[in-house]
Amino acid sequence: MKSLEDLERIRQEARERLRVREGSQDVRVVVGMGTCGIAAGAREITSTFLEELARRSLRNVTVTQTGCAGLCEYEPLVDVYLPGQAKVTYTYVTPEKARQIVAQHIVNGRPVAEWTLAR
Amino acid sequence: MVELSLHVLDLIENSTAAGATTVRVSVRENPGENAIHLTIEDDGRGIDPELLARVTDPFVTTRTTRKVGLGIPLMKQVAEACGGELSVSSEKGKGTTVVARFRRDHIDRPPLGDMAATIAIAMATNPGTRFVYRHEGAGGVFEFDSFEVARALGDVPVTDPAAFQWTKQYLRERIERAQGSERV
Repeated sequence: MKSLEDLERIRQEARERLRVREGSQDVRVVVGMGTCGIAAGAREITSTFLEELARRSLRNVTVTQTGCAGLCEYEPLVDVYLPGQAKVTYTYVTPEKARQIVAQHIVNGRPVAEWTLAR
Repeated sequence: MVELSLHVLDLIENSTAAGATTVRVSVRENPGENAIHLTIEDDGRGIDPELLARVTDPFVTTRTTRKVGLGIPLMKQVAEACGGELSVSSEKGKGTTVVARFRRDHIDRPPLGDMAATIAIAMATNPGTRFVYRHEGAGGVFEFDSFEVARALGDVPVTDPAAFQWTKQYLRERIERAQGSERV
């Protein structure tokens, strides 16, 4: 059973990591969470990104949400912003794709070209 | 939407888009009354009476980019399809409350689904908003306030991935306990 006391450990670990990441710039992952995105699975996709980031202890990445972009037929849509690079938009994202995006794009800096919106 | 909890997430996004600082979500699913009640209440900017009268119309939205808004109409359709109802009340500058009721034993009622994921995701992606959650079921009442998590985390944001994992797990355990042996 989880209790609020567990958060003290999470807090200490997070502060430790915060020290390590000083100086590194932030990566942003933005998940489409309009009605269309949610209906297509955005909640699970966001969960997968957060879990993968926790598993890999990646602290310089923030996951946020946005509304409908008018591209409902491509949902779930995910935008990845790497510092100093143009936005990359992924379409039809699945949990498997999300894990691959973290490994290949966010960690290794190579976008997964075949899943992007414009290529 | 395949789960009622996804409709709830959708309406939470409406609340945060309306500038809410606090969003209160409650689920009441006592087996005795053969109903599931969902409430999403916010202190956002509210809806003026003229728009409120048309808010369940799918061709009404506050967006200027497109002319459709499906969040509320979809949930209303689901509620009415299983012998329930949905109503929206609002006061300009005070906030908005959506109340939905579903007949519990109706064959077309979607499962409640993963409310823990809905609340945890809402917290992780809307760091400035306070979420208060209440779940009443056969096993009792569970009450949760995201401020307590934020306070325990101190200077670490609630958007931290490890904090998200903890929150989702914590909510899942407590909600299961509130549901008792009943799963809706």
